[in-house]
Amino acid sequence: MTKPSEALPITIRNVTKTYGKVFALNDVSLDVRSGEFLTLLGPSGSGKTTLLMVLAGFTRPDCGSLKFGDDEVIRKPPHLRDVGMVFQNYALFPHMTVAGNVGYPLRLRRVPKAEAAERIERALETVQLGGYGSRRIDQLSGGQKQRVALARAIVFEPRILLMDEPLSALDKKLRDRMQIELRHLHDKIGMTTVYVTHDQREALTMSDRIAVINHGRVMQLDDPVGIYEKPANRFVADFIGESTFLPVTRDGGNLLYAGQVLNISGDVPDASSLFLSLRPERIRIVDQSASESMNTFQATVQYVVYQGDSFLLYAKLPDGIEVGLRGVVRGNTVAQLPAEGDTVTLGVHADDTVVISGEEV
Amino acid sequence: MAAIEGTGMNADGLRRDGFLERMKLFGLCSPAILLVLVILVIPAGWLAYVSFLGADGQFSMENYSRMISRKSYMRIFITTFEVSFMTTGICVLIGYPLAYFLSQLPARIANICMITVLLPFWTSLLVRTYAWLVLLQKKGLVNTFAIELGLWDEPIKIVHNMTGTLIGMVHIMLPFLVLPLYASMKAVNRDYMKAASNLGANPVSAFWTIFFPLSTPGLFAGMLIVFVLCLGFYVTPAVLGGGKVIMVSMKIASNIELFVNWGAASALGVVLLVLTIGALWLTSRFVRLEQIVGGGH
Repeated sequence: MTKPSEALPITIRNVTKTYGKVFALNDVSLDVRSGEFLTLLGPSGSGKTTLLMVLAGFTRPDCGSLKFGDDEVIRKPPHLRDVGMVFQNYALFPHMTVAGNVGYPLRLRRVPKAEAAERIERALETVQLGGYGSRRIDQLSGGQKQRVALARAIVFEPRILLMDEPLSALDKKLRDRMQIELRHLHDKIGMTTVYVTHDQREALTMSDRIAVINHGRVMQLDDPVGIYEKPANRFVADFIGESTFLPVTRDGGNLLYAGQVLNISGDVPDASSLFLSLRPERIRIVDQSASESMNTFQATVQYVVYQGDSFLLYAKLPDGIEVGLRGVVRGNTVAQLPAEGDTVTLGVHADDTVVISGEEV
Repeated sequence: MAAIEGTGMNADGLRRDGFLERMKLFGLCSPAILLVLVILVIPAGWLAYVSFLGADGQFSMENYSRMISRKSYMRIFITTFEVSFMTTGICVLIGYPLAYFLSQLPARIANICMITVLLPFWTSLLVRTYAWLVLLQKKGLVNTFAIELGLWDEPIKIVHNMTGTLIGMVHIMLPFLVLPLYASMKAVNRDYMKAASNLGANPVSAFWTIFFPLSTPGLFAGMLIVFVLCLGFYVTPAVLGGGKVIMVSMKIASNIELFVNWGAASALGVVLLVLTIGALWLTSRFVRLEQIVGGGH
């Protein structure tokens, strides 16, 4: 298998792709580090798949530059790019066996038969399908097809691996397991990997870094912690995790929400429109006499939902904005939950009081 | 514990419901079964029966022995297969690129083009055949144009022979090949070609290793339909062949019209039927028929 030292960095510069008047990609520049697992995360229609297709060579951008290592590849046809790709629906050839599929790229590269057989078996073992070579594609389960597609994409030892929502067709349990497995596999073979998904949890679970994409632009590029804890703008905060947004105004050096001075420990962006972004799991119900590092808000309980491992409580602030609060269920939590109409004090620690820009740039 | 079969709650009633349901379904099928019996099994059986009647109305093998003893019969069968094979072959050469082209077009344009392919279907077979006669005859459009353009100097004979027959047959048979082929090409997932290209296949090898094999069920289906239809074809070879291309169907007609020999005509019909079934059987040895006609996959 490929060693990490052979992985290639990807340099994307000013790539633009328009369909009529719509920008699928709007002047995208992005660096993928050598050997990194980078996820393109965004809603459908955001341009993340278009960007992946540009990397693979299936979509011709209007302009821009794309380098694998030092090689300019933007005008190279797909079959000369030497990148592995796992398709959303696997795209396994139904008229070939598992070994036929995995061996296909080797056959095209005229690898001698004995060596090819050995490499096919090794690739299948890598994805834990050793001995499955003679199976027909329609005899495989979804998870197995997924693995075969992966084996086919890595068997010719490309230095870059692209994955287009490869887990979206699997059921949730299998998906969770495959996320961990894919990540382990990446660490083992160390190819530069670009992964596309619309599933934020998947992105957080697997990635070294995440590029959040919307309207054909990179909204934020950061590691999972940075993306979740310090969202660059309202779109990122809204798309990753759940958030309630409270409008914030500036008053000299202070930031106010509904006339109340906020206690903030992090940075405040330099933007004209600011919002306080509240994560449901970072809010607690506190006593009136909360510590000074807490921001507290009075609210009226709207309704409470019991969800097994956790509960979800919606409470209305005096200005009518509804805030979601999530708590872990343990011990006598359920018995102590407030009822509809109760007035509660919501507390948010200064560290969790994140102020973000309302502008989507 | 699960109840032992036939002893659980409502077991008798449920079993009777199942039986009644099967009976009802059978009842619903019976018109179709009856229809097949009346229009297929009985006439075919009668055909076979008549073929064993001699000129004197007695049971005899003379209709079959005549076919073996007379060389002209053998020639007719060979011509029939020759015309069918060549028509099928030319249809593939023209139809495959055409279907491929259609399958790659955006749906809206493909639909319009498909109508032009299907248009011949909606006009009378006889009209189309005579139209070819007008086009291809000695002083017809094709010859006149070709001479005007200097392609050839003398009017050449392109009708009332094998060439004319094949031109007409191919024109009429083409949609039968293109339709199933187009359907199976449309069913080829476009991601397969992308995947092939991603794995290092240039467009030509991607076509031969991925697209072509996946289009073969439609291709074989089309070829089979064209071939079987050709075996029994009458109008076009009769008009465009000018009496020089004699196929089994024409011999059957002349046996009845000229000689009023129902026995001989029936025997030819039976042999053609057997040969057609033989061709189907032979095809089924190489490809699964249920795949061709669209059941299973």
